[in-house]
Amino acid sequence: MTAVAEAPAQKAGEIASFTVTLRVMRYLPDENGDAVPRWDEFQVESYGTDRVLDALHKVKWEQDGSLTFRRSCAHGVCGSDAMRINGRNRLACKTLLKDLDPSKPITVEPLKGLPVVKDLVVDMEPFFASYREIMPFLITTGNEPTKERLQSAAQRERFDDTTKCILCAACTSSCPVFWTDGQYFGPAAIVNAHRFIFDSRDEGGAQRLEILNDKEGVWRCRTTFNCTEACPRGIEVTKAIQEVKRAMITRAF
Amino acid sequence: MQTHQYDVVIVGAGGAGMRAALESSARVRTAVISKLYPTRSHTGAAQGGMCAALANVEEDNWEWHTFDTVKGGDYLVDQDAAEVMAKEAIDAVLDLEKMGLPFNRTPEGRIDQRRFGGHTRNHGEAAVRRSCYAADRTGHMILQTLYQNCVKNDVEFFNEFYVLDLLVDHDLAAGHVPEGEEVNVSGVVAYELATGEIHVFQAKSVVLATGGAGKIFKTTSNAHTLTGDGMALAYRRGIPLEDMEFFQFHPTGLAGLGILLSEAARGEGGILRNSEGERFMERYAPTIKDLAPRDIVARSMANEVREGRGAGPNKDYVLLDLTHLDPAHIDAKLPDITEFARTYLGVEPYTEPVPVYPTAHYAMGGVPTNIEGEVLRNEHDVIRGLYAAGEVACVSVHGSNRLGTNSLLDINVFGKRAGISAAEYASRASFVDLPANPAEVVVEELEQMRSRPDGERVADVRRALQETMDANAQVFRTEESLNQALADLRELQKRYRSVSVQDKSRTFNTDLLEAVELGFLLDIAETVIVGALNRQESRGGHFREDYPDRDDKKFMRHTMAYRRPLPEGRRPSKGDGDAKGAFAHSTTFDGYQLVLGSKDVVVTRYQPMERKY
Repeated sequence: MTAVAEAPAQKAGEIASFTVTLRVMRYLPDENGDAVPRWDEFQVESYGTDRVLDALHKVKWEQDGSLTFRRSCAHGVCGSDAMRINGRNRLACKTLLKDLDPSKPITVEPLKGLPVVKDLVVDMEPFFASYREIMPFLITTGNEPTKERLQSAAQRERFDDTTKCILCAACTSSCPVFWTDGQYFGPAAIVNAHRFIFDSRDEGGAQRLEILNDKEGVWRCRTTFNCTEACPRGIEVTKAIQEVKRAMITRAF
Repeated sequence: MQTHQYDVVIVGAGGAGMRAALESSARVRTAVISKLYPTRSHTGAAQGGMCAALANVEEDNWEWHTFDTVKGGDYLVDQDAAEVMAKEAIDAVLDLEKMGLPFNRTPEGRIDQRRFGGHTRNHGEAAVRRSCYAADRTGHMILQTLYQNCVKNDVEFFNEFYVLDLLVDHDLAAGHVPEGEEVNVSGVVAYELATGEIHVFQAKSVVLATGGAGKIFKTTSNAHTLTGDGMALAYRRGIPLEDMEFFQFHPTGLAGLGILLSEAARGEGGILRNSEGERFMERYAPTIKDLAPRDIVARSMANEVREGRGAGPNKDYVLLDLTHLDPAHIDAKLPDITEFARTYLGVEPYTEPVPVYPTAHYAMGGVPTNIEGEVLRNEHDVIRGLYAAGEVACVSVHGSNRLGTNSLLDINVFGKRAGISAAEYASRASFVDLPANPAEVVVEELEQMRSRPDGERVADVRRALQETMDANAQVFRTEESLNQALADLRELQKRYRSVSVQDKSRTFNTDLLEAVELGFLLDIAETVIVGALNRQESRGGHFREDYPDRDDKKFMRHTMAYRRPLPEGRRPSKGDGDAKGAFAHSTTFDGYQLVLGSKDVVVTRYQPMERKY
């Protein structure tokens, strides 16, 4: 996401308030044994610098304490609050209400393709299980050097983009292949494999490529670019997946 | 209720917790209990770097780093601990590199280093390039790298489990335990968020690594989840909290929002300006200007605003100017923070200065430990089997003001030490019996909260707490403002007793947990306010307008805040919170008292001097 926002019409301190309508997909599993998802609407008074997360907090803190979502850092680095906002995967803490056309109701739903636990909270275990499978750690052989391993600035730059991943699952849960086939590794796992495959210090590339050469691996990617569009960190996810595919063809293993 | 048994239980999965876990899990059976998924921890929000005297780009050595840390902390630093940290910093950075951390590189392919506030060459001559970094997301890289290595080593995590009680064989908050008598930890009680189930963990060693408590303030760089849990759990069991009045306000929070913009912005050449465009830090710190330590810069900024030289329509912030830097340089070195300015304030840092104001950032104080990570229950006795590391702890390497980058260093050096100590103790100790009904306190608290009819809203009480803390216990403090804060706090503590939650369910009840966290915040705020009231001097992050000078004669000591039962015609005994001279403050509330005591500052090489930059 290139967030080159236009300069605000008014400076901080002068920003007028406005009312937004949030349309939230609710799922409350033990509310009288009733487990049918439903839409709830909330009216929230907001300001120009408010994000969707602020609006959700206002609902939770002032109107309905049972509204449930994950959040922590509130500025786009912890990856807790990925959700579907107006049909697109985003971080609630990085999405400003004023950028969403607040004159219309804003729809908020849980991420697709992962089991819903309650309201906007999904079960992240399948997502992390895929991540763990691609061996997301530096693999080296031989004796450790006394000091640091050398790596040129260019070598370091080669995998910079994929080091930005915060494991929020916005990409994986935006992928149509993942929606229909939960066994697919998904973009985030491939991004994290990329981060090591293209790290000049790493010696586990062949093993990772073999894992991703599986029928549920990179070849399932249909390059729809949903993942790239969804990534709140601006990672070129589809490109990274393509690079992994190319490495599979060009690297002998 | 489920019961588990581990040699070591680590509470918290940020940098300190995972660094400890890597050591402990290689030695003994270890569980990590975390209220968040590990990669959500706030270590990931740290930006600028981690200092170590690698001397990769210019001459440097750990002794200069030690000195800077001691001076930066306004001499309230325990110098033995600072020396350990500065020495072990070098291996800590190399360890991370070997684990895979992608540091930025020099043209020779070595770890690159840059300048950071308060880090100097040869005892203050000039700024030195000591901070090892990965763009402006060093904390993110550290958190990811440690988690990756935990995956590699198959570390066992209990994610989204909230630890709500610390089990010890003598509750120091309930009764008098003589000095020297053995006090042992026996485990923790945790609440599983997904199911609402209670879990009791019996452990030979417990490591607290729960991070900070920034949410006692309204304007803060801290995550919503930083509610001082570990500190409050210890305090409630009568374990002292050390130096809680020292809270760091980071100079450059996005104005009005508190979101952090790294000091690296100034390390890379950014300049602070007031409404007149003046580089005002030249007046406050003529030698190192914008790279003075954070307490000095934050106070200078607040002072500019107070004297009418603030920028913006309400003249309530100053400006961080990066416009003279090459956009390519900004993109290479400061990509994330410039995007924060664009996303949240709609400001383009290439061409416009960014509105900034101090934001509550870091608790220098915490659970007192020695350099092995063992938790102290008074000036010298340890609690057997209990360890702490990272922001929750007070070693004290930060004294009254932490230098930038030293927190990422602290979690790595002392996380590692605590993990090793905890595992070694567990391998020779036996389990201590759990109390008869270990989960009783927690179950009762949660049930009360859940079953209470419509009462106070959590959010209202929390907001009132944060507002009074911002208004009365922030960068500038006076006896009057602090008394106001204490009076407000007492009122809020009463209101807290009738707090109720709307969500009565078992599944993923964050409403309930926010209520519990509010209780922690109130306890932590109490120790901050009372410590600040008592400390009638100005030092580091604690500035009293009514006592603007440092007073080494009376206050060159650590504050220790103890929760104790109400006295029954008997003053608490010495070493159990009793104070000599300047640390005589005590305050009572609803069945307990907070008694202050003090602890020696360890001075080895450096005698206190006036702090000038």
